[in-house]
Amino acid sequence: MLKQEEDVNIKMDDQEIKKIKNVIKEWQENNYNKLIKNHPERKEKFENLSSNEIKNLYTPDDISDIDYLKDIGFPGQYPFLRGIHATMHRGRLWTMRQFAGFGSAEETNQRYKYLLDHGETGLSVAFDYPTLYGHDTDHPLARGEFGKCGVAISSLKDMEILFDGIPVDKVTTSMTINGPAAVVWGFYIGMAENRGISKKQIGGTIQNDILKEYIAQKSWIFPPEPSMRLIVDTFEYGSKYVPRWNTISISGYHIREAGSTAIQELAFTLGDGVEYVKWAMKRGLKIDEFAPRLSFFFNAHNDFFEEIAKYRAARRIWAKEMKKMGAKKDRSMLMRFHTQTAGCSLTAQQPEINIVRVALQGLAAVLGGTQSLHTNSMDEALALPSEKAVRIALRTQQIIAEESGVTNTVDPLGGSYYIEWLTDKMEEETYRYWDRVEKLGGVISAIEKGFYQREIAHASYKYQKEIDDKKRIFVGVNEYKLDEPVDIPILKMDEKGEERQIKRLKKLRKERNNQNVDKYLEKLRKAAEGDENMMPFIMNCVHSYATLSEICQVLRDVFGEYEEPAIY
Amino acid sequence: MIDKKIRVLVAKPGLDGHDRGAKVVARALRDSGMEVIYTGLHQTADMIVEAAIQEDVDVVGLSLLSGAHMTLFVDVAKLLKNKGLEDVLVIGGGIIPEEDIPKLKKEGISAVFGPGTPCEQIVDFINKNVKK
Repeated sequence: MLKQEEDVNIKMDDQEIKKIKNVIKEWQENNYNKLIKNHPERKEKFENLSSNEIKNLYTPDDISDIDYLKDIGFPGQYPFLRGIHATMHRGRLWTMRQFAGFGSAEETNQRYKYLLDHGETGLSVAFDYPTLYGHDTDHPLARGEFGKCGVAISSLKDMEILFDGIPVDKVTTSMTINGPAAVVWGFYIGMAENRGISKKQIGGTIQNDILKEYIAQKSWIFPPEPSMRLIVDTFEYGSKYVPRWNTISISGYHIREAGSTAIQELAFTLGDGVEYVKWAMKRGLKIDEFAPRLSFFFNAHNDFFEEIAKYRAARRIWAKEMKKMGAKKDRSMLMRFHTQTAGCSLTAQQPEINIVRVALQGLAAVLGGTQSLHTNSMDEALALPSEKAVRIALRTQQIIAEESGVTNTVDPLGGSYYIEWLTDKMEEETYRYWDRVEKLGGVISAIEKGFYQREIAHASYKYQKEIDDKKRIFVGVNEYKLDEPVDIPILKMDEKGEERQIKRLKKLRKERNNQNVDKYLEKLRKAAEGDENMMPFIMNCVHSYATLSEICQVLRDVFGEYEEPAIY
Repeated sequence: MIDKKIRVLVAKPGLDGHDRGAKVVARALRDSGMEVIYTGLHQTADMIVEAAIQEDVDVVGLSLLSGAHMTLFVDVAKLLKNKGLEDVLVIGGGIIPEEDIPKLKKEGISAVFGPGTPCEQIVDFINKNVKK
């Protein structure tokens, strides 16, 4: 009986579509074509940021093959296209999480308190380059870099100062750390434990996504194989002992910042995600035990609808892939993600207008169903954000949340002919990229062959040329320019910070129990040479106050370092 | 006499991994007819100067977005001078606050190109200022 009813429904839809098709044809000829004969459109071709041609109008005809219940469905239900929760932002707003860090731990601690005082709801740590490469502040390669684009953290001691007075049992913390992620996570866990807060109580995220480092962000330490082993070690350790922690944030943000298109960002990031799942399953971990702690991180760039379609497509692709790989629990299939507005879209010219860009980008992230958001500060094409600039960025999120009304209903753009068509299109192109990667021998092989790097370099050069040739208008840069000097306060750092940090490190190395340090470093070396999970050994080193350089040097000795082919 | 092509070394000093700008500029210079050598990431001043000597370049282009330019750009410019490469034109680009530019120029970095610079402007600057 039911079967018959369904058939009748489909036939009616078909007839309806046929009718619409006829009207579209008529409208195209009688209205559209006639109009453009005398009043041509502004451009011959309209394209989005991924260079997909966009039509003048989308209608039910463009999405006639969509089965609502199967392909779109309901928020909180497979395939999670419309959102991961039934209530989405009606239930709980996204976490307002501003990426911050500069100078010494003391200065950054003050910034965190300032942000929390102004309504921020989560923390996000930016580390300086030496820390990202697993070097202490006094390492020769750290020259000139102390605290420049993040905070310097060389030991558990620095981490204790960084979070002094911050309730880490209540606030969650995200840490952008990859090569030495296991060690820096160890510092955080150690800091909490020393304050009597157990591993089970703390929540947060480590980025820990090495594949996109090789592809785009370029702050790696070890070669792919041992890096993947360390990552799976954190998955295993996290799901056993630190259950509220996201042990990875699989990131498209940096791929996009390096110059990719939205489609490349989507395809490469989700491809990386599947690769991590494969490695974890190869270790024997159960998908439903670790997959709920996988999280994602995307960019919010200028093309408003393309960005929204990207987040929606990402959720559906991820749900499908996890199901294919054997996930049974909803939690393993739903994609939770953080968003940051596009740093590369900001202008050094007329910096105040960046506030407007960020508002639009932030709105796209919210309409796309983000769980967490960083809005860039207007001065970030010049330097790290000043206090006032970051406060305005945070206020921008608060305006979207409290005033705009977009949070009143779930996925308000769902069902838009254009959005649904674009969502499908981005999914389709993602799978096309995956086929190409498969032919190159998989993700790691494609990295080693420079495939992603070349694709991104090509896209970023094309984008730059379009701006140089004025095919793309970049307000304040190639049009609507202003010939007056930029007048905006720039963040000043404490000049004594580096000296203070080096003094602290020297004192630490003298006063700690160095026999203990040597013993635990040696044990870690043995573990690294074998195949045990390295996390417990790293934790012992951390608690003995071994420094970042010392711990990473042991691993460098055993694993070697990665070198990339220089392609442009 | 055939005009010799201008040779440019595009270099990334220090630990900074932001290589989008360096790669775009390298390609634009190549497309304008220059010979371009790209060092790749994580170069020390010694490595950059050594490459400049080995490759016999006319121009060294430094790119840095980490904020360490006052140390690392100056290191390279000084070392080039010490090695007798005064004729090599040194230029830089990246996230560099306005107030640092005069100081960098004093240290021998002839021009600094910030975000939003059209590639053509860099090509023109090199063509006009290269000493050969």
